[in-house]
Amino acid sequence: MLDQSQVERLEAEAVNSAKTRQPLYAARKKIFPKRASGRFRQFKWLVMAITLGIYYLTPWLRWDRGAFAPDQAVLIDLANRRFYFFFIEIWPQEFYYVAGLLMMAGVGLFLITSTVGRAWCGYTCPQTVWVDLFLVVERAIEGDRNARMKLDAAPWSARKLFLRVSKHAIWLVIAVATGGAWIFYFADAPKLLGEVVTGTAAPIAYATIAVLTGTTYVFGGLMREQVCTYMCPWPRIQAAMLDENSLTVTYNDWRGEPRSRHAKKASAAGQLVGDCVDCNACVAVCPMGIDIRDGQQLECITCALCIDACDGIMDKLGRERGLISYATLADYNANMAMATCGGTGPVNPALVRTPSGSFADGLAHFHLGKIFRLRTYIYLGVWSAIGLVLVYSLLTRERLELNVLHDRNPQFVTLSDGSIRNGYTVKLLNMIPEPRTVEITLHGLDGGEMSIVGIDQPASRSYSIPVEPDRLKTLKVFVRQPLDQIRKPAQSFEFRIDDTASSETAEYTATFNAPENSR
Amino acid sequence: MSNEHIDEISGITTTGHEWDGIKELNNPLPRWWVITFYITVAWALAYTIAYPAWPMLSSATRGVLGFSSRNEVKNEMAAADAAKAKYVTAIQSKTVSEIAADDTLREFAVAAGGAAFKVNCVQCHGSGAQGSTGFPNLNDDDWLWGGKAEQIQQTITHGIRFAADADTRQSEMTAFADVLKPEQIAQVSAYVASLSGPVKDKSLIEPGAKVFADNCAACHGENAKGNRDLGAPNLTDAIWLHGSGEAAIAAQVRAPKNGVMPAWVGRLGETTVKELAVYVHSLGGGE
Repeated sequence: MLDQSQVERLEAEAVNSAKTRQPLYAARKKIFPKRASGRFRQFKWLVMAITLGIYYLTPWLRWDRGAFAPDQAVLIDLANRRFYFFFIEIWPQEFYYVAGLLMMAGVGLFLITSTVGRAWCGYTCPQTVWVDLFLVVERAIEGDRNARMKLDAAPWSARKLFLRVSKHAIWLVIAVATGGAWIFYFADAPKLLGEVVTGTAAPIAYATIAVLTGTTYVFGGLMREQVCTYMCPWPRIQAAMLDENSLTVTYNDWRGEPRSRHAKKASAAGQLVGDCVDCNACVAVCPMGIDIRDGQQLECITCALCIDACDGIMDKLGRERGLISYATLADYNANMAMATCGGTGPVNPALVRTPSGSFADGLAHFHLGKIFRLRTYIYLGVWSAIGLVLVYSLLTRERLELNVLHDRNPQFVTLSDGSIRNGYTVKLLNMIPEPRTVEITLHGLDGGEMSIVGIDQPASRSYSIPVEPDRLKTLKVFVRQPLDQIRKPAQSFEFRIDDTASSETAEYTATFNAPENSR
Repeated sequence: MSNEHIDEISGITTTGHEWDGIKELNNPLPRWWVITFYITVAWALAYTIAYPAWPMLSSATRGVLGFSSRNEVKNEMAAADAAKAKYVTAIQSKTVSEIAADDTLREFAVAAGGAAFKVNCVQCHGSGAQGSTGFPNLNDDDWLWGGKAEQIQQTITHGIRFAADADTRQSEMTAFADVLKPEQIAQVSAYVASLSGPVKDKSLIEPGAKVFADNCAACHGENAKGNRDLGAPNLTDAIWLHGSGEAAIAAQVRAPKNGVMPAWVGRLGETTVKELAVYVHSLGGGE
């Protein structure tokens, strides 16, 4: 029999041991961003006004296109498959313009991200703009950070209920207006508004409003930073596009550390003291609820509000602005190396200053030249090249087009007088919102004549065809050539259309088939 | 072995998995994400209850909403029929020439007739209506029984030499093998061939013309231009139903093939026959 002490103890532990058990999920930690003020906040207000203005007002702009096209400046007419943008009208087969714009948007994103980092996220992303708008409402009703935190912690009361209901009601109104504005891009805005209000609009209009109201309310009011952190793929992609010369919002530890709440005392005690007074202003204003002093983070949308907050404090303390600033990683690393003697010691802010207290000469400062480098020139070049090609093709595109499909079954028909007939489906595209008359003529094919189904005229080499405004006209055309004029089993010839009024013209080279033994 | 894997930099526990020094942090999921996940699971389950889903022994559960793709097709067909009703009514009330003259109705009739043609007519006339030996090409301008829309409609309605229909187009070419001598048949074949092209032995033409006048002109006409009342083909043109050339003509003179086309009105109904007539008329040879 073994003694108890002789039993070997195995190194084993249950996988769900309470010691190491992780929570499966974590609740969202509430964030109460404090109102910031400063240059970047001003700039963000401006961007917000412009982007929201564009979004809400664009469908209401009018643009006169004459009697045969809608007068809405920007209209995606899905029913008629037309896209109108001011003086530009796009047909479905011209969708490559949209593809080109998407490519420009992609390359533009590379360009912007490689230079000024996640500027899209921080300033213009709809999520950012609407969250900002929702926060304006929240502050107006519940007060700034401290008041909101207090209200949140307070037990339910009539006042709290009133404030909460008002806030959510206004949020919902904004959400409905947002969802509602979207549908006006797809139909005549004034008419559709009337229909929506009187309940006579199409169900898809209400469904669209409902869905977008829901997403706006939930994303802008309830989920906020969760959308950026967990739902959006952009931060991951954008982070991969940053390099050491891209601007990001940076906490400059080389002058801020060691941070201290009691700088004078610490200084007197002979300790090193940085510029950071650990006031947490940067954390309080952050809409993502992070601490930029922890370094560059996935969550940071580079909205620069922490820069404003910190600059305000620095101003009050009479120190240089820019403890938190837009900086490149290269500059930051250089300055850090200076402050830490090449990384050999802790941050010593004295090393980056002259004895008189101003910044040392060797300190790296940002200047515009740093963001213009080969990589950004290449992005700019590609972006401009696509843009120029699009503009060129837009300015030179045809507004009168001709497409011809040769009948394949049968390829040709022998007629009673021995002549050979071929059938063609001819499509005339009048791509302007004006009716016009085009002359369709045969070129080549000796002795050939055409007749057009539905047009009661004797066969000839030329017809006048009226084409409706902004429409495609399909003609069934029979071309016939006398037997003695047939040169070979497959002859090339041209269909040509001319708009004599505008001198526009289009040509299509077609084939005329005849039996092998026809000669 | 310790179960405590803690990342030094972030202070967060890791899953213990490591690839080339890269460790996986064991961050908890956001709660809303987990809730959303459970909602999708519940939604999926509810979906399988609402719609046909679970496989059973012989079929599958029917779903409480009573959805079936067959019903959906039935409804869509009914909706399509309702949408077509306007045109179908117009086609029923108008003559085929009226239909052919109206752009909208013609377009509709050509589409509907083309579909009916692909099902009922291509077996003989070919998918492009180009015909073949013994089966007329409907694209050309040569018509045995007339190429006006009404005449085509009549032909499709009652057929040709179709015994079961009293109003069918009726005629029969005599077999001349027992009536004419072989040399007379050679002569008349040469004469007929000469009307639309060169022949080898021109000496046969003149006696052939006499044989033709005595035996053939009654139906095919003195100038051999044919007679549509009898379905007698024009023998002066370039189109030959049963083959061109003296040999083919002689074979037809000796023992003629008299093609039969069934009457279609009983099977397809008048509306479809009208649509077919407009379609055939639109192929390029309509008169």
